[in-house]
This record gives sequence, structure tokens and C-alpha cells, in this order.
Amino acid sequence: MHELSIVQSIIGIAEEQVRKANAKTVDAIELEIGALAGIEWEALDFAWQAGVPQTVLAHATRSIHRIPARTRCSACALEFESAEWFAPCPNCGEILGDLIQGRELRVKTLVVS
Amino acid sequence: MCDTCGCNQAANAVKITLIGEEIEVMHDHDHDHGHGHHHHHEHGHEHGHDHSHGKTVIELEQDILSQNNRLAERNRGYFEAKKILALNLVSSPGSGKTAILERTLADLKGELSFFVIEGDQQTTRDADRIAATGAPVVQINTGSGCHLDSDMVNRAVKKLEPSEGAFLMIENVGNLVCPALFDLGEGRRVVIISVTEGDDKPLKYPDMFHTSDLCLINKIDLLPYVPFDVEKTKHYARHANPKLQFIEVSALTGQGMEEWYGWLRKERKEL
Repeated sequence: MHELSIVQSIIGIAEEQVRKANAKTVDAIELEIGALAGIEWEALDFAWQAGVPQTVLAHATRSIHRIPARTRCSACALEFESAEWFAPCPNCGEILGDLIQGRELRVKTLVVS
Repeated sequence: MCDTCGCNQAANAVKITLIGEEIEVMHDHDHDHGHGHHHHHEHGHEHGHDHSHGKTVIELEQDILSQNNRLAERNRGYFEAKKILALNLVSSPGSGKTAILERTLADLKGELSFFVIEGDQQTTRDADRIAATGAPVVQINTGSGCHLDSDMVNRAVKKLEPSEGAFLMIENVGNLVCPALFDLGEGRRVVIISVTEGDDKPLKYPDMFHTSDLCLINKIDLLPYVPFDVEKTKHYARHANPKLQFIEVSALTGQGMEEWYGWLRKERKEL
């Protein structure tokens, strides 16, 4: 349940931005979460419900961009969508590749008022 | 109730205890101590805030873990400057993290210097076991928390005051999922799996194996009695992390421990 820590970090980021913008509340928040970021969606939902009441995010609309994982093969440089760490390259079978996306855990935008 | 100021302390507050010292409760919520500690800031100018009540879109692109990662880098810089090798020991509960530590501290006493941070949700039982070996130890009780983070380690290190050139062994909360995400500023991460667990654990929990440098396979004295395939586990774990090293040990019989000590000596030299 590290998702609760993640939600608390998001609240911290939102509070800081609300303060900086001299606003009162967050209307909308956009998150980017990679498929291999280690986040369980249901746990995140649960932690969100538990965490945001009485914070600046209490009434914010939340949208999540789920970013699929992509790997670049270290042997033939093919880029392909991968569902797991070190998925074999569909072209040459090499399992050593670099994950080029899928680890994102970001607050993309906030709408404050 | 909080011992320091009498405020209400939530049951899940983080508590950091240096074993052998009087218990002090630390917590990080904001409250007014009423100590007459007033700051007067004479600004002498108007801030001129824009009080228009429109909506503002903030393009942030901020990493959610950035605060933890920043503080982890501060810890790492401190360890580097003091030539301290910090190890983050992670595993499921019951794999033998504390037993490995106890044996290591006892066997290498006099040769290498160790400082220990113990992470558990409740009790100082593990820290008491470590304190019995003579090593300085701080217990972090995370309350309801399922992992250590860089702030807890930062605070624990201030209490522990590890000496230059020492090892700092950080025993994380027993959990094969959550601690993977939280950089503590360690120099190396060591994942421990025991042969009484399923040999497909690296497949089910790849993150922890992906982020580790060394995998200790513990309780190998029990191999004749359990259906655990060591080679299969290594194969699965390499799938998550092709660079992962392995050492098979038994903290109970001492089998393989010399190889682990060799690894510790080698990593320290490479600092």
C-alpha cells in the first residue's frame, strides 16, 4: 500500500502549487503513470478516496494517462511495446533492452482556482 | 499522547528510537508549541497578489517521488563524503534479514564497523536483537507505513551518527512490493529470498529484483526438505535484472556466509 504515500506526495505537490498560485483549490489534476511504475490501480483509487478529503484535492477531477511500457532492444535497436521488464525482442529474441518509457509517475498539470 | 508536548499523537506516527537511549517520540506534523517563539518579519512592501478568481492551468510535469528522491540524494552525498557503504536490505517478512544481520555483525566484529537501522511497523524487537551484538542501532517504527523512505533514514542517521568508513545496514520493512519504489540513498540494494518461499517470487515481484544489486538466497540448509529450485529462481530473477548477483547462504549454519562477507569487503573497497 505504498499508493497511500504516493497520494500523500501528490497532495503535497498540489498544496505547494495552490499556495504558489495564491489559489484556494484544485479543480482538476492530470497524472501520468507508467505501466511499470509499480502502481496498483485499485490500490491507488482506494488511497485516493482515503487521502484527499479535506485537502485542496477534495473536489478535483482526476484524470490518469496510463503510459504503456516500451523497450529498445540492445541488439537490433527495435522499439516495441513491452508488458514486463526485459521482454524478449520480437525481432531477434534478445532480452537485454532499455526501458524507454513506462516508469513515469508524474503530476502533469493542475488546474487551480 | 505525545511525550514531548502533550499533543495527540496518531497511532500511525513514525517513531525513531536509538536503542540504549531514553525513548523519544518524533513526529513531523505541524503544531504550535506555544513556546513564545515568534518570528517577526518586517516586509515593508506590498506583495501585490493577483486576486482574480479565474482558473489557472499549471503545466507541472513533476515527478511524484521527487521529494523522496531529492532527500535520498542528500543522504547518498553524506554517505559518500564519509565513505560509508549504506545497504538497503529488502525482502518479504520472515526471509531471515535480521538473522543474516545478527550473524554478520557477530562474525565480522572487530574487522568491520557496522551501524544498523531497523525498520518495522511496530516494536523494537529486531533492534534489540541487533543491540545484543554490540552494534549501534536505531529502530524506525513506521506505524501503518509499509516501507522506509529517505526522510525517515535521514532522521535516523542523525541519531545514529555512523562513523567514517563504516557500513550502514538498513533493514527495510518486510515487504517485497512497496520498498522497491523508495530510494533511501543507499549505495547498494540487497534483496533476500529464502528457500521456504516460492521459487517464482522474482516473476511475481519483479520490481524488487530489478532494483537490487545482490540477491541473497537464504535458508539453503533447508533445500533437501522443500521444493525450491535455486536455478529456476536465478533464471527468473535475471529476467527482471540481468546484472543481479547471487549468493546462497544459511544464516543458521553459516554456509555461504564467507562469500557474502567477501562481497561486503569488495564493495567497500570499490567505494
